[in-house]
Formats: sequence, structure tokens, C-alpha cells
Amino acid sequence: MNLWYALPLLVAVSLVYSATRNEHWKPILSHAVRFGVWVVGLMLAVMVVLTAMNWLG
Amino acid sequence: MAPCKDWLKTIGKPFWTGRRMSTKTMPAEAASREAETLDIELRDPLLAAFLAWLVPGGGHLYQGRTGKGILFMVCILGTFFYGFYLGGGRVVYAAWNVEDHRWAYPCQLGAGLPALPALVQAQRARTGRGPLWGGFMAPPRDGQELRNWHFHLHSYFELGTAYTMIAGLLNVLVIYDAYAGPMIILPQQRKRKPREGPKQDRRKRGGEGVQDNSQGKESQDVNSQDVGADA
Repeated sequence: MNLWYALPLLVAVSLVYSATRNEHWKPILSHAVRFGVWVVGLMLAVMVVLTAMNWLG
Repeated sequence: MAPCKDWLKTIGKPFWTGRRMSTKTMPAEAASREAETLDIELRDPLLAAFLAWLVPGGGHLYQGRTGKGILFMVCILGTFFYGFYLGGGRVVYAAWNVEDHRWAYPCQLGAGLPALPALVQAQRARTGRGPLWGGFMAPPRDGQELRNWHFHLHSYFELGTAYTMIAGLLNVLVIYDAYAGPMIILPQQRKRKPREGPKQDRRKRGGEGVQDNSQGKESQDVNSQDVGADA
């Protein structure tokens, strides 16, 4: 499965989530960028844990 | 409407008190500590929520919040229809029988009108009538047909299901935003209470006072960093 399929989902979720917590464009966009980075970091952390478990197991 | 300093009390009020709220007063930016406020005209919140469910972003367009309405419409409908396309037009259907419990459909239904044809098709299938519109959003006739869909679409069936489900679930947030305004997180809400208990007790007993003080300072610094981060 191509991981690029996660990209449009990430963009849409970040924008919608941040737009439900702010009213103006500037805070919406900055919040969306921070949220997107946070999600990518979380997914990378989960990937590292799963890879480590696979490697150890 | 005069700006209300204690605007946090307005959050959730319509849910619990059943009162209609036509405007909402809140700080302009979550990160701002200034007293700057903005009034949002929510008009009829229940109608706005219904429109937001029916067509994602429709509630915001009704309220005159055009930018956000278009953003929600593009993001949610784009996600929904892209998932529908990935799933070969088969991933949005309603069925609840022995062979297929389509639990994904209640989530997809959050997207509103785009998912409603599946209800019509499910009702026709339940009463033994043939599907309309060439089988658009119709449930599979039996387990064999469902297995064929999975066989031909491979993982795209699950991928399309995930996209359409997420689109519907995102619209739940949008419906709330149309009903009660944005759920702004103020920096004050993110402050943690100072820890009490064993560490302070140890300090009182002596022996680790200097170390505990440094830990306390570090904890405060972390809190002040958190204040700046929304995500």
C-alpha cells in the first residue's frame, strides 16, 4: 500500500480540525501545520515501535 | 452583544440547557492573551447544525462564515468522494444482516446528503425490491458478491472505507462548530496544576530539597512551553 494515500487525509484532517478551533485564516493555517507535524511525528513513533517489536520478535 | 469575560461558561451551554444561542463571544486567537474579542453570528444554531450535517459546510455558509464553509465543503466532500472513487463506488452502502454488518456506514452517514442514497437502497433491498440508479450505493446481494468486491478492489476497498468514514466523522466536528462556535483552547486551560504529594512530602522531610526545587522549576518551564503549543 502506497503511503502517499495518507497525505490528502492528513491535509484534510489538519485543516478541518484546526478550523473547528479557530475562526480566522492565520491561526487556522498555523494550527493546521502544527497539528500535521504532530500527527506525522506520532505515526513515525508508532512505526518505530512496531518495527522494533518486529525486529525483536 | 457586550463582550463576556468569562466566555468559557458559554461553551456547551446549548447542549445542557437547551437554550438557543444566537451569537458567541470569544477571544480572537487562542494564543492571544489580550482582551480582544469577536462576535460570531450563529443565527439559528439548530438549523445551522442540520445544514452542516446535510451538506458539509452548508451550516457555515448559512451563518455567513463563508471562508470556513468553503474550506469544510472542499475538505470533507473531497475526502468523501475521493474515498468513494478509490473504493470503486462500492464502499458506501448500508447493510445489517447475518453476512454483513456494515458498521462503517453510521460513520459515513455523518457526511450527510452524499451518503443518503445508501439508506434508500438498503430499504429497497430489505423489502425485496431491485436497486435504483444502476446499483449506486446498493448493498451487495449476498456474501459472495461482497467477497467479489473485496477480491477485485483489494486493499482499496478498506482504503476507500477509511476515507469515507473519516470524512463523516470530521463532519461531526463541523456540525458542532456550526452549532456552538469554534472550540478554542485558551492557554489558561492548558496549564497543569502543580503536583502535590510525595515530592513535597519528601522535601519536607529533608535531604532532597535542592533537587526537588530544580525539578519544580523544570516542570514550570515545560508548562510555559505548553502554553504556546496548541496541537
